[in-house]
Amino acid sequence: MNQNQAEQLQAERRKTENAFDITQYEHVPRRYYGRIFFATLIIVALAGLARAFANGQIEWGYIGQFLTSEAILWGLLNTIIMSILAMVLGVVIGVITAIMRMSANPILRYVAITYTWLFRGTPLILQLLLWFNLALIFPVIGIPGVFEIDTVSLMTPFVAALLGLSINQGAYTAEVVRAGLLSVDTGQYEAAKSIGMPRLQALRRVILPQAMRVIIPPVGNEFISMVKMTSLASVIQYSELLHNAQNIYYANARVMELLIVAGIWYLAVVTVLSFGQSRLELRFARGAGKRS
Amino acid sequence: MRNIVKAVGLNKYYDQFHALKDVSIEVEQGEVLCIIGPSGSGKSTLLRCVNQLEKIDKGGLWVDGELVGYRIVGNKLHELTDAQIARQRLSTGMVFQRFNLFPHMTALQNVIEGPIQVLKRSPKEANEEATELLARVGLADKRHSYPVELSGGQQQRVAIARALAMRPKLMLFDEPTSALDPELVGEVLSVMRDLAHSGMTMIVVTHELGFAREVSNRMVFMDGGQIVEAGTPEDILISPQNPRTQSFISAVRT
Repeated sequence: MNQNQAEQLQAERRKTENAFDITQYEHVPRRYYGRIFFATLIIVALAGLARAFANGQIEWGYIGQFLTSEAILWGLLNTIIMSILAMVLGVVIGVITAIMRMSANPILRYVAITYTWLFRGTPLILQLLLWFNLALIFPVIGIPGVFEIDTVSLMTPFVAALLGLSINQGAYTAEVVRAGLLSVDTGQYEAAKSIGMPRLQALRRVILPQAMRVIIPPVGNEFISMVKMTSLASVIQYSELLHNAQNIYYANARVMELLIVAGIWYLAVVTVLSFGQSRLELRFARGAGKRS
Repeated sequence: MRNIVKAVGLNKYYDQFHALKDVSIEVEQGEVLCIIGPSGSGKSTLLRCVNQLEKIDKGGLWVDGELVGYRIVGNKLHELTDAQIARQRLSTGMVFQRFNLFPHMTALQNVIEGPIQVLKRSPKEANEEATELLARVGLADKRHSYPVELSGGQQQRVAIARALAMRPKLMLFDEPTSALDPELVGEVLSVMRDLAHSGMTMIVVTHELGFAREVSNRMVFMDGGQIVEAGTPEDILISPQNPRTQSFISAVRT
């Protein structure tokens, strides 16, 4: 290739490069046609749903009216009280069962295993009915000669619901707590022992606080489902939110309106709980380092 | 000199594996004993038996004159309760290879946990002593840091302070520098050296032969669950008699 040809080639190249100056081109983001398609689909569906509700047999005025009616608010309060009491009791039972389950004592271990098997293995609604009808097996409860009480007067809907929900919850929580305890490094048990801690103190001071990080998210989840499970107690006449809503619509036949009222309140309670859960998670993240 | 530790014919099995075979050893008050040996030789197991993190299957072990883990009834040994074992552990402090600090507590909280919760001492007193101990290991300014914020060497020094806060008669070190980055080994060894010079009775399982030679009064070489050779650091490190000791020393040296 001679000098002349090389220069000619160079000139040619410069010309094509100048022909399109890429620095001046506009950048166009990619178009997501799929998203636009599905968004449209959802909007159409929602519009249809809204139309169905608007044209359906729903008197919107009733919802506003019953949302703060006395019976509904009492039901809400009972739902909240029952959720909290049953959950607290359930967690206590769960922690004790988990510790028994991991004990070196085979008797404690098998008691825990049998309890979990029994109460996870039968439907909650069946357990609630059993507690409520306990008088059929034990007409009287107490220590003979010391004190005795009629089971029928003891097993109010409140007591039966509390027992049924918390004992059932305990069986589930036990497994969650056990998973949490297992997640703590064995070196932590050894370190606690090495400074002279007996087993239970080591569990309380060293192991459980660390296990909490693993335990809280699923227990929060269970708490949320507990709020809704209290509605099953309506079958044993406990005056919780759904039960009271039903009582109202049996009288006035506004079924949909009252179900929506109850739904709004359940959602509200669960939303508050979710916030509480994230606060609690922060509390027990001490010394754990950053996690996204 | 009286014995702080006296082991007679210790045997330990993990299922079929015979981890300790008729191990007998004595450690006098104020003595620093270093145990070396290949992994799986039983040296950590021996240390853990002294602190009852492992149960002895046969033989007897006395710590500070007290039979460990058992009570003699006639010619039988009856197991002690958990509470009695926990009380016996108070005479020994243990430092682990992986530090095992409590991650949900600050350095200071780690050190005061035992004195307050186990020894039931007043928080004020425990705090003062813990602050002094942390200063002694060079971490006065880190007392409010969580373990995750500390380097490995700093964590191990907190762990030493935590063990010392229980005022033990005997300190056990289970490969205290094996999990550390090389540049952090020195700070931990220096704390241990000070401790040895202060007269603390120590049993140290280690791979740091230089440290062992400098600090220990006596060394033991273990292999296959047995004490193969025991003697002064010079005996073991310079002129080992047993061929297994010789090959181990030359392998570690290179």
